[in-house]
Amino acid sequence: MAEVLVLVDHLEGEIKKSTFELLTAARALGEPSAVVVGAAGTAAKLADVLKEHGAEKIYVAETDSTDFLTPEVGVLASLVEAKDPAAVLIAVSADGKEIAGRLAVRTNSGLLGDVVAVSADGVTHSVFGGAYIAEAKATTAHPVITLRPGSVEIEPAAGAGVEESVPVPASQGRAATVTSREPIVGGDRPELTEASVVVSGGRGVGSADDFQVVEALADSLGAAVGASRAAVDSGYYPHQFQVGQTGKTVSPQLYIALGISGAIQHRAGMQTSKTIIAVNKDAEAPIFEIADFGVVGDLFKVAPQLKDEIAKRKG
Amino acid sequence: MNIVVLVKQVPDTYSERKLNSSDGTLDRDATDAVLDEINERAVEAALQLKEAHDGEVTVLTMGPARATDAIRKALSMGADKAVHLSDEALHGSCAVQTAKALATVLGTVEGGFDLVVAGNEASDGRSAAVPAMVADVLGLPALTHAREVTVDGSTVTVRRETDDGVTHLSAELPAVVSVGEKINEPRYPSFKGIMAAKKKPVVTLSLADAGIDPSEVGLATALSTVASSQPKPPKSGGEKIEDEGDGGAKVAAFLVAQKLI
Repeated sequence: MAEVLVLVDHLEGEIKKSTFELLTAARALGEPSAVVVGAAGTAAKLADVLKEHGAEKIYVAETDSTDFLTPEVGVLASLVEAKDPAAVLIAVSADGKEIAGRLAVRTNSGLLGDVVAVSADGVTHSVFGGAYIAEAKATTAHPVITLRPGSVEIEPAAGAGVEESVPVPASQGRAATVTSREPIVGGDRPELTEASVVVSGGRGVGSADDFQVVEALADSLGAAVGASRAAVDSGYYPHQFQVGQTGKTVSPQLYIALGISGAIQHRAGMQTSKTIIAVNKDAEAPIFEIADFGVVGDLFKVAPQLKDEIAKRKG
Repeated sequence: MNIVVLVKQVPDTYSERKLNSSDGTLDRDATDAVLDEINERAVEAALQLKEAHDGEVTVLTMGPARATDAIRKALSMGADKAVHLSDEALHGSCAVQTAKALATVLGTVEGGFDLVVAGNEASDGRSAAVPAMVADVLGLPALTHAREVTVDGSTVTVRRETDDGVTHLSAELPAVVSVGEKINEPRYPSFKGIMAAKKKPVVTLSLADAGIDPSEVGLATALSTVASSQPKPPKSGGEKIEDEGDGGAKVAAFLVAQKLI
């Protein structure tokens, strides 16, 4: 069975959930081989959990290079040449997309970007914010595929996890240098694109202060907080939480839209959510066209009441 | 300092977008086309660098004839000249082919370049990798998702902001920079700018002019293809109630029934 290379996304000794999704998805194509690129000692911390998620092999490339992303590209490119894998899987993130694109250029491989499902026949894209489903495939060997986080349910599986050290090849061309990093200071809420519940506020929230109504409901559900473009543009909530065409695409189990009218802009970022709840004063708001349950009313009355009901049920 | 800005005309995200049922490519006629918002920020960043360091700003685009509108917008903002790679044979090119074609055309820009500036992500394709891919083809450093760009002598530094945090990058010129949404507020073209844009040189290149082998681009030899595409059946609305003081409780009851809480 052919190998499938999976790039491990890790930060300070922790593996991102999206990597386990890749290891699960990879099994549809062949035997998953995890590829760890990082500072010395990184792989030792990650190996056990990679095995528990089905990694048959773990390629370890440890380096103290300050070159930006090119070590990852170089390691993957040389593994593609040496191992002739069935595919290379990388999670969609700013870095992941960039590594994938560069790798495809170097190995002259088809690039299948931002897919939501992977099979032996090809991949599935959800295009224009879920308005279209497209089946696509590469016309080359070893396609480079980036998988959207949250698309695949993680299934743990025992893998042999045989470790093999691989060198980091010398950089091709010139690379940018990382002079320093500041990790994002995450709050206690789950990451927007990984959360199973998202509560978002729109223009109807009316002010930055009033966004605490959205946050309070989100916290009662253990949810991430999102915002529509209108809310972000009005300065109610920071841009990093924007859901929509020019923001994040989310696909949670439950999406609660508070005071969001539901312009195409916004729907493109959330309409593939499993269940959608909408609260809006305007009975004609387009958000109701896609909501599984809609309440025409004042979000400042409905949201706190819902929060209290949830608290009651939690006892 | 000579700067080339890569721009792309995309369907307006506020209009409904479609795919061609025949070959799975973007139906560019079905939607309003606009200069991608992020490209305006790329043009603005290039103009600010030019104002600080002198030189020339060239706009480069690849796309159908009507991409001329996007070029005019960039020229009316203040870019000096434009190159438009336009050829029927480009239709359906994949990201790898596009990056290689853009890299080839960059090599033909008169006066050369010290810096290539692009938007970090187009709103239609969202592969978000073309700037870095172009850099890879050319063997140049890529400094992506810039919140701030500074050029000092022959060194470019970027504050890169993504969901995963902030990275400070530096590289020697020439280099490729992609800018993020928060880098600046693009200027509006002045009336004078709009009038001046009409006289600015726009060079339209065919594949042959650019020295690109037609077999290296286009749908027939793309490294990835769309096998089928269909509109997803629209999600239909479910129950809608008027809040009569118990709206929150009713939502809770619905969520319980759906086993969501």
